[in-house]
Amino acid sequence: MYLDRLYKTQKYHHHTDSHHHHPHAHPEDGGTGITTQKSGTREIKVVRRVLDVNEKMAGENRRMFAEKGVFVINVMSSPGSGKTTTLQRTLAHIMPEIKSAVIVGDICTTHDADRLAVSGAPVVQINTDEFGGDCHLAAHVIEKAAGGLELDDIDLLIVENVGNLVCPAEFDIGEDARVVVLSVTEGEDKPVKYPLMFRVCEVALLNKIDLLPYLDYDKQKALDCIRQVNPNMPIFEISAKTEEGFGPWLEWLRERVKQKTL
Amino acid sequence: MHEMGIALQIIEIATASIPPNLKDVRIEKVNLKIGKLAAVVPESLRFCFDVAVKDTPLEGAKLAIEELPVVAKCKDCDTQWTISGPAFTCENCKSGSLEIISGRELDIESIEIAEEG
Repeated sequence: MYLDRLYKTQKYHHHTDSHHHHPHAHPEDGGTGITTQKSGTREIKVVRRVLDVNEKMAGENRRMFAEKGVFVINVMSSPGSGKTTTLQRTLAHIMPEIKSAVIVGDICTTHDADRLAVSGAPVVQINTDEFGGDCHLAAHVIEKAAGGLELDDIDLLIVENVGNLVCPAEFDIGEDARVVVLSVTEGEDKPVKYPLMFRVCEVALLNKIDLLPYLDYDKQKALDCIRQVNPNMPIFEISAKTEEGFGPWLEWLRERVKQKTL
Repeated sequence: MHEMGIALQIIEIATASIPPNLKDVRIEKVNLKIGKLAAVVPESLRFCFDVAVKDTPLEGAKLAIEELPVVAKCKDCDTQWTISGPAFTCENCKSGSLEIISGRELDIESIEIAEEG
């Protein structure tokens, strides 16, 4: 819990500045009041997480999804790694056995929603340009989008985040599991370049393995890079095109949905 | 990439933190802590902040950023250490099961307001 607006006076207690010309006052001196001095500045303690609004909303989403018995995955990757194709193929296997819905985020266009709707799953497209062209989906956007879905009728909600390995990692949306998709046409060292993403995700999908014979891709190096950042992370090597390796991934998904919806 | 949104959030929190009995004060400085694992680039954030403070009580305010190291604790052997590169394995027992103690912060510590006379 953050200490919202806990006022304590602390004179000239600059954490970063190296110029300490003024004496420090003891924090206790001011108590909860604010002492004043003739000139200069006074410091007011705030102690708040900048993203606490998002985190609070994510917590509300999580409670709502738990109440409705919906398992939620947040799928993230860089643009072009094959999220949409992977999800299209995934839905083709799990529907209608697992009743699913999709929220898909892009800066512009409904192309991905059109592709995913073929599965028969309800799809909500979010275009973040309405929200300032955001590079990620935030919790309040998910809450709004989920309002357009019949949560009572589904067991699985897949959120396809905006293609970006940086920002979505920072924003909790109230999901149960985060999945990162990495493809073999990207650099092997992406996991160590974007460590936060690979830390916050529970599983990784290494996609496009059908292309391995045609590439100079060092798969072992990529796996090592993932393990370096997240040593215990399950990694599913798949091809969304040929569906090679889909078995273990679908098994993981089915199992997790089952656990949540029992 | 989302630094503008974060800058706006900071301005909102800072403005709301001005004690109600003080009107028309100017915030001179915002003290922020950013963990090295947070997906925020301090230079971009400063740039966005400087643009976004226009016509707010923070106009001209300085954004003082303290960067915090990534500190991990091993869940198996309790070793605590500072991670300097993207290697998240216990340096003592090689376990990969660890807890990030700090490094993900994005916290406003305090604001500093100008004293009137």
